[in-house]
Amino acid sequence: MKNNSQLSILNSQLITKRYGDVQVLKDVSFEVERGEIFGLIGPDGAGKTTLFRILTSLILADSGQATVDGLDVVKDFRELRKRIGYMPGRFSLYQDLSVEENLNFFATVFNTTVEENYYLIRDIYKQIEPFKRRRAGKLSGGMKQKLALSCALIHKPTVLFLDEPTTGVDPVSRKEFWDMLKKLKMEGITIIVSTPYMDEAQLCDRIALIQHGKILSIETPEKIISGFPEKLYQAHSENNYLLLVDLRKSPKVKSAFMSGEYLHVVFNGEADETVPNLKEIAPTIEDCFIYLIEN
Amino acid sequence: MLRYLIEKEFKQTFRNAFIPKLILVFPFMVLLVFPWAADQEIKNINVTVIDRDHSTLSKRLSEKIGASTYFNLAGYADSNDEGTAILEDGKSDMLLDIQPGFEKNLMNGDEAGVMISANAVNIMKGGLGSGYMSAIVQDFAGEIRAERIRIFGKTELPLIQVISKGCFNVFLDYKVFMIPALIVILMTLLCGFLPALNIVSEKEIGTIEQINVTPVKKFSFILGKLIPYWAIGLFVFTVTLGLAALIYGLIPKGNLLTIYLSVLIYISTVSGLGLVISNYSSTLQQAMFVIFFFMIIFILISGLFTPIASMPQWAQTFTYFNPLRYFIEIMRMTFLKGSGFWDIRQQLAALGICAFVLNGWALISYRKRG
Repeated sequence: MKNNSQLSILNSQLITKRYGDVQVLKDVSFEVERGEIFGLIGPDGAGKTTLFRILTSLILADSGQATVDGLDVVKDFRELRKRIGYMPGRFSLYQDLSVEENLNFFATVFNTTVEENYYLIRDIYKQIEPFKRRRAGKLSGGMKQKLALSCALIHKPTVLFLDEPTTGVDPVSRKEFWDMLKKLKMEGITIIVSTPYMDEAQLCDRIALIQHGKILSIETPEKIISGFPEKLYQAHSENNYLLLVDLRKSPKVKSAFMSGEYLHVVFNGEADETVPNLKEIAPTIEDCFIYLIEN
Repeated sequence: MLRYLIEKEFKQTFRNAFIPKLILVFPFMVLLVFPWAADQEIKNINVTVIDRDHSTLSKRLSEKIGASTYFNLAGYADSNDEGTAILEDGKSDMLLDIQPGFEKNLMNGDEAGVMISANAVNIMKGGLGSGYMSAIVQDFAGEIRAERIRIFGKTELPLIQVISKGCFNVFLDYKVFMIPALIVILMTLLCGFLPALNIVSEKEIGTIEQINVTPVKKFSFILGKLIPYWAIGLFVFTVTLGLAALIYGLIPKGNLLTIYLSVLIYISTVSGLGLVISNYSSTLQQAMFVIFFFMIIFILISGLFTPIASMPQWAQTFTYFNPLRYFIEIMRMTFLKGSGFWDIRQQLAALGICAFVLNGWALISYRKRG
């Protein structure tokens, strides 16, 4: 344990949170290693945001403990807040302040200056710098997100929490955003990112699959994929929906679900060759996630 | 740290499309429009006379009434029914019914009958109107009596004349009475409710979340919200004071230092109330509604329009919990009577207690919910 905590920058033990009758988080335990990009992958309502809010000291857990960078999220919250960066899922900067003013404001409340840590945000900020006198509320979605990231980084945090940073962002900006995260990782910043997009999971060093407030599995994306215990096939026909209904009725089929324009099928034992356009494929994170939920 | 928060707040306030205008328009409205609208002096009451005596004296009485600034002589009616019909049509507000034998009785020193009926749908107009009318009729009787003494040289009854003098507001000017109280409403809105709405809007937009993950202490955050509004409040107060002196010649009789001290205590009281409201509301809509509720109740039982002494006992008890009541009293006393610190000590103490309770409550509810 002692050795582990030297390596791990975040340690969550049996975190539980309940809102009224709804159990939002159930005994969530995981560790994040220093300098990695850790993905929290799960559908809407899985409890990702609540977990983030507990780890960033915004709300209290009902039970359980967590430390971030060696600091307890409850007892040492004041010191902790100096060391973490948090970008909420909803744009939460001052819409009536300009780009520049927002950045300066967040630098000053962290007792630093924009110049001091400019090297960290340079690549991101220079894209929005032409609009630095524009009010934050008047920026486009992608620019807002870059500004929010700049503001979350301006005090050079050791751990960066990003809550669904790419939700509602176009595919090009999403890709750019993930490139930026990789650069930040080079600077030694640990990044914890939540996302509902399975394709982004592949870009993380390690991922935790979370569903109904429970962590199903924590692994590197490669291990999660290689840990897929069955053979996976894809199939398609003129009418995918009818095919899906037929497959689900068939006793030979263990599970079948839509994935884009194809159906992904897992058989009980040998594959049924009568299924149209059948082809064996390598599983993706999404397949693993669905498999984990179903079994 | 606090400096940056205040700086940010000022930037946002003056960038707002609405608030800076409001800050400018408010004092002018309070001084130029409200005192006239809130004027409860009654003028131009229409009177119809039913003259059943048709004598010189009855004519003289009607003319005397018509000559007063309060009444217009709307016309004459011949019968009670006709008079009532005119009253019902709303062509006239009052009826003056002069009984037959008015002149004869008056000259003989007997009782002379006059009946006043008023449309009391508007209680204020009806009540005050009959009051004024009785005063004029009394005055008329006095005149006649004085003439008789002059002519006949005899005094049958001692004549008592009541002269009233409005102390501290010699001309019973309604505006002078209203302005200090309206300033109280202004301070309540600016220093109590605007910061509350501001805090709630940060909650609603979610920016408070981003602030909460920074090392900014909650206390600094709240202080950073309040101080700009305190500054704006004091500024507006000073402007209003200047305008009142310029426009109405209303210069506070009391010590300015005492007045500013009271303003400061009041500001801390209402901002406490604002904070309590902001702690319990998560949306602007909620906060607005609660503020409306408090504003209406507080104004109605503050003595702003109606004297507290004429409220029923239970309502008077309520007014003890109303910070507006104390501050309106303080303002009227210091502005009009020139009361000093010692004269308003009770009101100041009451405000101090309100401030302590409200801010304490704000602190506790903030901890619980923060």
